[in-house]
Amino acid sequence: MGLDKIFGAAGTALAAQTVRLNTVASNLANVDTVASAPEAAYRPRVPVFQSVLRSTEGGVDGVRVADVRQSEVLPTPRYAPAHPLANEDGYIFESGVNVIEEMANMTDASRSYQTNIELVSTAKRLLLATLRLGQ
Amino acid sequence: MASGFNTVFNPHRQALNLLEQRLGLISGNLANASTPGYKARDLDFTQAMQAVEKDAQGASSAKGHLPLRGAGAGHVMYRTPLQPSLDGNTVDAQTEKAAFAEAAVRYESTLSLLSRRISGLRAVLKGD
Repeated sequence: MGLDKIFGAAGTALAAQTVRLNTVASNLANVDTVASAPEAAYRPRVPVFQSVLRSTEGGVDGVRVADVRQSEVLPTPRYAPAHPLANEDGYIFESGVNVIEEMANMTDASRSYQTNIELVSTAKRLLLATLRLGQ
Repeated sequence: MASGFNTVFNPHRQALNLLEQRLGLISGNLANASTPGYKARDLDFTQAMQAVEKDAQGASSAKGHLPLRGAGAGHVMYRTPLQPSLDGNTVDAQTEKAAFAEAAVRYESTLSLLSRRISGLRAVLKGD
């Protein structure tokens, strides 16, 4: 195990949190998207995180996004007969995006991102100090 | 003479090795702060250091005696979470950040001690 391995692990975390932020952005952008059928409506995207275990072989545990799945939340039907996309019964289907949930996810992702940046800068400082040892 | 240098440098070297390992473990925990089911781990530094010191005393005259790679491997333990979480993740960001900061400061102080040792030795060697 070495301090340099922290860079790799923190890098994987930065990448994973970026994917998470991207899904939040997609979900929030599509909060008002409507469709004429429930199958066609936007489903919130959810990243699935998985740890990459390396610490048993002298590395540092990283993280990866195993999959970006669609949420199980059902689209919300709304009665709007005047809407151009309304079906024959007069319903449109809104995406099931929960704005509060997305905001909480966004905050967590950005905090996590900051933490990992700090890990990288601390590891860098320690490595440079080690290089200067004895000078 | 070589063994004399060893007694000066070895404790610091071992401490740096263990601290490096600890920093790595904590980084892994923080990287997996939002991974479902991830169990946070940490190294018991005091115990690991004592074990390494005991090893060193037992075999101080042997050549190439210190198994430095993964010296603290037997002292890695799962963290007891402060609060249970629904997804089985036991990483508590505050605890981990505090532990990381502590390990980083210890690492830096060990480095500065080592630096002083080196400049002390250098002064002795120069003799002026």
